[in-house]
Formats: sequence, structure tokens, C-alpha cells
Amino acid sequence: MELKSNVPSGPLEQKWDKHKAEISLINPANKRKYNILVVGTGLAGASAAASLAELGYNVTAFCFHDSPRRAHSIAAQGGINAAKNYQNDGDSVWRLFYDTIKGGDFRAREANVYRLAQVSVNIIDQCVAQGVPFAREYGGLLSNRSFGGAQVSRTFYARGQTGQQLLLGAYSALSRQIGLGNVKMYPRTEMLDLVVVDGHAKGIITRNLVSGEIQRHVGDAVVLATGGYGNVFYLSTNAVGSNVTATYRAYKRGAAFANPCYTQIHPTCIPVSGEHQSKLTLMSESLRNDGRVWVPKKKGDNRPPDQIPEDERDYYLERKYPSYGNLAPRDISSRAAKQVCDEGRGVGPGGLGVYLDFSEVIKRLGENVVRERYGNLFDMYHEITNENPYAVPMRIYPAVHYTMGGLWVDYNLMSNIPGLFVLGEANFSDHGANRLGASALMQGLADGYFVIPYTIGDYFARNKIARPSIDAPEVKQAEADTRNQIARMLSIKGKHSVDVFHRELGRVMWEYCGMARTDASLKKALAEIPEIRARFWKEVHVTGGGEELNLALERAGRVADFLEFGELLCLDALERRESCGGHFRAEFQTEDGEAKRDDDAFCHVAAWEYQGPERKPVRNVEPLDFQFVHLATRSYK
Amino acid sequence: MRVTLKIWRQKNAAATGGFATYTKDNVVAEMSFLEMLDALNRELVEKGEEPVAFESDCREGICGTCSLVVSGIPHGPGKGAATCQLYMRRFKDGDTITVEPFRARGFPILRDLIVDRSAFDRIIQAGGFISVNTGGTPDANALPIAKEQQELAMDAAACIGCGACVAACKNASAMLFVAAKVSHLSLLPQGQPERQQRVLNMVAQMDKEGFGACTNTFECEAACPKEISVRFIARLNREYMRASWGDK
Repeated sequence: MELKSNVPSGPLEQKWDKHKAEISLINPANKRKYNILVVGTGLAGASAAASLAELGYNVTAFCFHDSPRRAHSIAAQGGINAAKNYQNDGDSVWRLFYDTIKGGDFRAREANVYRLAQVSVNIIDQCVAQGVPFAREYGGLLSNRSFGGAQVSRTFYARGQTGQQLLLGAYSALSRQIGLGNVKMYPRTEMLDLVVVDGHAKGIITRNLVSGEIQRHVGDAVVLATGGYGNVFYLSTNAVGSNVTATYRAYKRGAAFANPCYTQIHPTCIPVSGEHQSKLTLMSESLRNDGRVWVPKKKGDNRPPDQIPEDERDYYLERKYPSYGNLAPRDISSRAAKQVCDEGRGVGPGGLGVYLDFSEVIKRLGENVVRERYGNLFDMYHEITNENPYAVPMRIYPAVHYTMGGLWVDYNLMSNIPGLFVLGEANFSDHGANRLGASALMQGLADGYFVIPYTIGDYFARNKIARPSIDAPEVKQAEADTRNQIARMLSIKGKHSVDVFHRELGRVMWEYCGMARTDASLKKALAEIPEIRARFWKEVHVTGGGEELNLALERAGRVADFLEFGELLCLDALERRESCGGHFRAEFQTEDGEAKRDDDAFCHVAAWEYQGPERKPVRNVEPLDFQFVHLATRSYK
Repeated sequence: MRVTLKIWRQKNAAATGGFATYTKDNVVAEMSFLEMLDALNRELVEKGEEPVAFESDCREGICGTCSLVVSGIPHGPGKGAATCQLYMRRFKDGDTITVEPFRARGFPILRDLIVDRSAFDRIIQAGGFISVNTGGTPDANALPIAKEQQELAMDAAACIGCGACVAACKNASAMLFVAAKVSHLSLLPQGQPERQQRVLNMVAQMDKEGFGACTNTFECEAACPKEISVRFIARLNREYMRASWGDK
């Protein structure tokens, strides 16, 4: 497989402008002749669908939710980064670029990340024009805060609901285009296969989640903006519906899956309370601006926190990383939490928790200020745990939150299948091995508003291929494959619900491929996952039929894909014999327990190529050529 | 603890529905209400029965997907929380809990506890936006907005579009939902150019979808998981009058 990044030549600062000037355009009158299928309507999908329709393309958009306003982008709390330098604190496009590259542990493509930092400033302008109510100062100008992994204040926010407000902005732009008839929207519709004709992506197969009808759609290009795969771990901060199906089925049709082992574990989540748990709740990273993380110095110290004197507490982030302190990046903070818990110094039930303590800031600024800043988060915590965080420190523990890996794309965000574009969390391109806080919203909107509208036209101009007929053999074959899989799942009639297998998979993934991975643990996972998968196909009971609203069937399809994808993730983790960012191989660490990269052997993207059922995929490599930044050892000390 | 659940079951939009009664054992206080239903569903499947269809996604109170009427109250007892944020510690051993879908003419039932709320999308499509294309927008700080004004707009913009306001209203009125969006945009300078047409279009679509009128009983505010104030309905009425009869 040839992985051509198509990065334009020239100085880093000029690549995007040069590329925009050189790419081919489509005449406005001709744009309506092109049909673009956009799958997923979160930040990336909704912004892409709206922007492409505004340009005059014919857009058909799909989401499995009942409304495009509900995608999981909505749950992002903290904020969105942009290199506006409104605070006069030394921020710049270069600094945002460098922080992102460094935060990603030098495993992302320079040119993509630089472009992301460049367009970040346009995103804020765009969102404000749409009416997004970002926080402001008394003078009426926009307010910023600092966030993990950065030493400048470049994060824009709307209370603790930034993702919601940005998504509603994109949703309103999309709604306008739906109302104008420029976008045909299919809610409650799930993509179940990708149609590839003569090597180009030309259609999708969907299932109407209300009637069960299987439908064929053809187009001139397919845009996947279907989010991440964190739910392969069963428990994560993702919405319970988030899944890998669209990207995984595209992978099975030939799209390369890049760096699946790069998963982000977020340090500040509410700890698991029991077997019944269905998802984990994130406490915004912004809390680390004012909260101090600590555990007792002594092992097994189970005194209540207020009875542990100051000198018997270990503020381990401040101790280990004095210059970033409690704002150390997510991967580093998570690992540090795991370390102290492994040492037997964790707090709360099972010893799987650390304190996030606000007593000092409450003393310094008063409870009212803290309430104003974090009131809704404190209330949420109180409701879930029945503990009052104004009086007792919060207990937090890391949880799976975001996935940096995704379908491989070039500089144009096109996968190795021409005509298949991948945006947002679904692609692999910008965050390397670890994402910084407040950068996911930035990337989703950069891809949708400011990258795809340019690059998709270039594909159309260079590839004048007629749209296939809806009855083309490839389209019919994909439909038949989809129908067969559904029929097969419904016919098993075993004895367990789908959940049971998903939970088992999640346990294996977390245990053997979670915050720390080893050669032995990964081999164990690779032995156990096929066994769970085999049992799934023998023992699952999918109730009901195919031609009705059937939640069990929807879940069965998604879990079936997770059961294959989990194996790919572990395989990638096994083959990447180094530690970098969120991928921590215990064999590869420095003396003080930090991740140890191997730039000679692994400064590359691993892009996996499907070879057929039960056959080992091929690992292809795109070297990462750092021309503008020096590969440094990441230090937050 | 053990609870008795009386749950609305309905095969599809055309079928006649009714309550079915289930006993759920091994309920613990730390479970969310939806996790309790997950556990019930696992047990039903193991027995070869059809699980109860209900919707949820983010399970942290922001996506607006979950939509249950628990013991007669949309999103259940407790203030300022969606169904997914309801925990079993609010109930006690031996309780009987009824679980119904959001009921309104504008929200037809699709199956069991799942309703069709696409009417809300059509109301937004009729005008719940500011007509700006991507690109070419002025610098974000070019337009100062008073903090109080922005905060008030944000209070309205916090709406998650769940429809509890409709389910709580005896008239199945969608006024709080529409008021929240109209207020959010009309409070901001960016929303001014389309201020009048927006409210007229959105209200016309709201009426077309079969939602009722507001008679000021404020059940909507009490049920709203984001505690959106009914004052915004007063603002909606003012906006509507201004657009209908005021200076054009």
C-alpha cells in the first residue's frame, strides 16, 4: 500500500496558502452536480455538511441519533483552543503548533498540525458570528483560560458546555441548509457499509433505525465524521452509542486504519462505583486550574482526608512536574495517578482514586467564586457520588476518553481510498500519540469548516468519474453483505444479551491494553479477544426482528465490530515497541517512569491494511519527517 | 433493594400500548436509573423476552436524548437533571415506579419509551440560526458584548432540546423550547438582522407541528433539566408582538 501524505513543499508557514492557491476549483454552477454523502453530524460532520452545502454542493447527511444536535461533541466541557493571543501572553500560531506537536509526543504530521493552528483563529470568528455565547470579560471582549499542557491562556469557553454551544452553532448552520433544501438529512440512520467502485468511494449502505429498511446511497464522494472508538473499552467517557462501525467497515473495504493503539486516558473522571456501571463521567480538566491533586504519603492510609495533615500528603503532580504542576498533560497525569494507586496509596473504594482538592482555592477566593466557576460540575459530582465537593475533596480516577488513532488520511484529509474523506476524531491526523485539552473541538471544526471545503473540490476536479448507478453490482453486493450479517446475528438466538460480550471485551482491553501495556499483557489480550468473539457469534441473543426499531440489533452490529477492532488495537500496541504519549509500554520507560520513545525505529505512522476475516492485517508505514521542529524528549518538569 | 416497575410497552406507532409490570431485584443506590433499566433488559434477554426500548446517549445530561416520565414527572424527581442523571438512591426498597414516554401530539411514540421529536428540528430549520456562511466573518473581538447580555443569552442557549417542557405541559406547548432559542439569538447583536423574521417563522412552524399554547402554569420550567426560566417565554411573546405589530 502506498501512503502518500501529499504535503505541499515549501516553508511550513506557507504550505496551506500555497496549497489553496494551487488546488483546482469547481465552477459554482457545476458544484450542484456533485453529490456528497456526509456520515456523522457532530462538530466535524455538521460543519462540513453545512459548509459544503453553502458552496453549492448537493449534500446528503446521515446520523444515527434522532437529531443532528445530539452527537457526542456536545459533551465536551472545557473549551476550544485558538492562537488568537488576545491575552498578550506570548501565544502565536507557532506556539500552538509546537505545543500540539510536543503534546502529541512527536507522532503527528507537522504540516497538518501547523494548518490546524493557523485556521484555529478563523474558527473563533466563525463561531462568534453564528451566535456562540463564549464567556466574556466585563469590557465585552472574549475571556480565555489556561488548560492542560499549555503555559498560555488560549482556551475559549462557554461555561462548562463549550462542546454543546459549538455543536449547536454547527447544527444551526446545518439546519439552515436543510431548511433551504441544500442538505437532505437522514436522522436515525446508521451507515453499515462503504461502497467502493473501481477503487473510489462512491456510496454507502444504511439501515433506517425506525423501520429497519436497508438503503443504498451513491454519491461522488463520501465523508466520514463518525467519531472515535473509545467504547471498545466498554467503559469510557464516550456516549453509550459511540462506535467504530463506520470507520471499521470502511477499513474492511480497504481504508487503512492508522495508529489504533493511541488512546487517551483522561485523568479526571469519577471512579467506577460498581458492576452496573454503563459509562464514566468526566470532570472537566478545567478543574485542575484550581484543584490540587494528592494522595496520602503512607500506603493504605484510610483516614478521612481532612484528618490527614498537610505534611502527610503527597501532591505528586506538583512534586514531579513543578513547572506544569496540576496542569501536566493528560497522559502524564493519568499515569501518575495509576502509579500512586499501584503503590497502594489510592483512596476510596478499592483504592482506585486520587483526591482533587479545592479547599485551598475555597479558602483563598471563597466558596462563591468557586461556585461561579465550577458550580454545575460540583453539582454533577455531588449527584453522582452523594459527596459534597465543597466540603470533601473529589475522588477522581483516569478513564478512556478520546482516541487519537483513526482512518489514515493525507494532507487533504482523504484516505487511501480516493473519494473517501475522514474528519474529526475519526481520522488520525493531528494529535499524534496524545491530544491536548481543548484541541478536539478545534480539530473537528477546522476539518469541517476550513479544510474539506477546499480539498474536496480538488478531488472532483482531478477525477472526473461518473457516479455509479444505484443498481451497480458493487452497490448491490454491499447491500447483500449487510443483509446477510443482520440475518446471521438474528438467527443465533443464544442465551446472553449483547452487553455481556461488550463488557467482557472491555475488561480485557482495560486490563491488558489500558494505561500500561506489556508484551505479555498484549499477547494475552490477543489470545482472549478471538475467544470472546467466537462465543459472541455462538451465544448472543439478539431479540426481535430486522424490520423494526430494534436497539439490540443496533448494538449487536456495533459490538461485533468492536470485537474485531479490539484485536487490531492490541496488535498495533504490540508492534509499537516504544512508549509515546497515551501508548505506554512498561518495558520502555526512563528511570523515573516516563515514556521512552524510540525515534530511530518508530518515528512513523502505522497504517493497517485489512487482509480478510481471521487473517493478520498488514502493517504499512508512513515515515514522519520532522523538518521544522527538533525531536525533543517531552518534559513538563 | 427491590422495586416494582410499571413500564409503558408499545410495539410501534400504530399499535396500542399498555403498562407491563416487572420486579427488579438487586438494585443498589449508586446505580443510575438507566443502569437499572439496562440491568432489567439484560435479565429480560436472558429469559428470551424483548427488552424495553428506551433512548439515551451521553448519560451525563447534555445530549438531550433520554426522555422518560418517571413516576409522572418528566426526567423523574429532582431538579435540574435529565433522566440519565437520576440515581436509585432517590428511591427506597419496595417502591413502585411508573415509567412512561414523553407524551404529546407533537411527539409520536415510535416504540415503548421512544418518541419522535423531529418537530424540534423542523422548528430550528424554520429560523433558529444566524444566516452566516463559513468564512469571511469579522474578528471575534471586533464586536464587544456586555457580559450580562452574554450570560443571559447563555442561560437560554443552555437548552438541550430534550422536550421535557412539552411533556410537562398540559397543553403540550413547546413555548419554552422556542423561547430559549429565540431569546438566545435575539439577545446578541449578531442575531439582530433576522430578529423579526426569525421569531415569526419559528412560531409558525411550532404551531404547524401541533404544539399547544402557553397558559402560564410553569410546569415546563420545573421539569427542565437545565432550569431554563419561563421569563424567556415572556421575552418570546414580546419578540413576537414586536415582530408582528411593532416597527419594522
